[in-house]
Amino acid sequence: MAAPALSRRRYAVQRAGFAGLLAATLVTVVPIVLIVALILWQGAPAISPEFLTQPPRQGMREGGILPAILGTLWLTLGTGILAVPFGVAAAIYLAEYAPESRWTRTIRVAIISLAGIPSVVYGLFGLGLFVLFLRFGTSILAGSFTLAIMTLPVIISTAEEALRSVPHSFRVVSISLGGTQWQTISRVVLPEALPGILTGVILGLERAAGETAPILFTAAAFFLPRLPTSPLDATMALPYHLFVISTQVPGMPLRLQYGTAAVLLVFVLGMNVLATLVRSRARARRQW
Amino acid sequence: MVAATAHSEGAPMAAARLPGEGHAIAIRGLSLVYSDGKESLRDVTLDIPAHAITVLFGPAGGGKSTLLRSLNRLNDLTDVRHLSGQIWFDGRDILRPDTDVIALRRRVGMVFARPVVLPMTIRQNMTYGLELAGERDRQRMEQLVEHSLRAAALWEEVAGRLDQPAVSLSGGQQQRLCLARVLVLEPEVILLDEPTSGLDPLSTGKVEASLHELKERYTIVLVPHSIQQAARMADHAAFVLNGQLIEVAPGREIFTRPRDRRTQDYVEGRFG
Repeated sequence: MAAPALSRRRYAVQRAGFAGLLAATLVTVVPIVLIVALILWQGAPAISPEFLTQPPRQGMREGGILPAILGTLWLTLGTGILAVPFGVAAAIYLAEYAPESRWTRTIRVAIISLAGIPSVVYGLFGLGLFVLFLRFGTSILAGSFTLAIMTLPVIISTAEEALRSVPHSFRVVSISLGGTQWQTISRVVLPEALPGILTGVILGLERAAGETAPILFTAAAFFLPRLPTSPLDATMALPYHLFVISTQVPGMPLRLQYGTAAVLLVFVLGMNVLATLVRSRARARRQW
Repeated sequence: MVAATAHSEGAPMAAARLPGEGHAIAIRGLSLVYSDGKESLRDVTLDIPAHAITVLFGPAGGGKSTLLRSLNRLNDLTDVRHLSGQIWFDGRDILRPDTDVIALRRRVGMVFARPVVLPMTIRQNMTYGLELAGERDRQRMEQLVEHSLRAAALWEEVAGRLDQPAVSLSGGQQQRLCLARVLVLEPEVILLDEPTSGLDPLSTGKVEASLHELKERYTIVLVPHSIQQAARMADHAAFVLNGQLIEVAPGREIFTRPRDRRTQDYVEGRFG
């Protein structure tokens, strides 16, 4: 048995190590807390029923941000409608059907590359393809398509992981009872993977909701007198609105800038909380 | 043993005698090599008699599970580089690519080593296979469910709580549920791969007792998890070693008077 002094020193080293790790963790948490606290503290005074339900007046200096809120909602919805079916279908293909081949590896490299493209490049791509070439014009449609492509890698990779985490034994049992592969996927694998897929979708959409560059050239407008009535209309949107009022409007009350930021933050963090709730509820109900 | 040369179609031929006639399953010259080069089975030829328990025993890694899984084409799910030979069931070679494997797997059911209940209620586990097959008649399904749960000696324990999650059952109960889940499809053959390996002796006893009763109506192929179980259960037994079939004999003989030296060494515990 080691001398007591040696053991004491070893325990001391261990405690120091844990303390260091804890400190590092706290350091990472501090910025988040500061950002949220600062934005909410400065922005809360601006939040009022008028702020949330009225359009801007006096060149944005007064009034509310309703068009921007609605615009972000439309864009998020549009992104979801476009990205989710394709993303989930691709994930099912990659997780359940795709053989290990050069073709499959190429697809995976493509998806990973898609994830690494800077968002402003997506914006320019969207401008070229959707706005100009396909003649959607600056519109919710063009913005949604652009954001959807940007969101695809996130959805595909989290959905694929959710599918892979379903125990293989379930599939074997289903097949051994006379099921086809598709029956196995639709009746057992997909329902079990659904919470994980949903979490990935929410997180992907959350990111799309907060991006400025992809909608800069494809959907966003500085000021619109009317709310959009069709997907081919342009729209105001929270991230772009925040950018505009912070940089392009002289004499803009700081209060309203913070208020806009607070609304955007709450929207995005709300989705985060939703995703976490979905995930923890699914874990609690897990039957394996 | 009928030579297999004349069979180019695999459909029943009126003129020639089919291999293994009179038996439930006839395996002829089965060889299997996995993609990683590992040879699993080498030229296995074996008859599985109907309405009896045939035990495949031998040391781990010898190919018993692979052989068992070939009987319901479950090896289709693994990466196999080479597969040759024939497996005759109901007048057809089930290894042919045009075999209806879905129908095959309903007629040749399988119980695995670890009880795998689907993440659903007990009732849903039972009706899963029926619904896959397109069964819609709720009443008929209920009758089949009760009948099969009784046959697996599980009915009394679950009758009142069929709508509870299947994972709420104990290990032994789950395994009997897996057996009942196979029975509900009214198969002809039941394959069991070490079905009692994780179970306590009481549950093991219940499963073994069920199998003894079931062999009246079904053909049973069992990979036991111990040589004692093999001796308790076997009407017929086949000793499998390193992918080869060494010896086949009635249960009474093979454990007491094996003919091959290697079988004797294994039975007496000199290796394994």
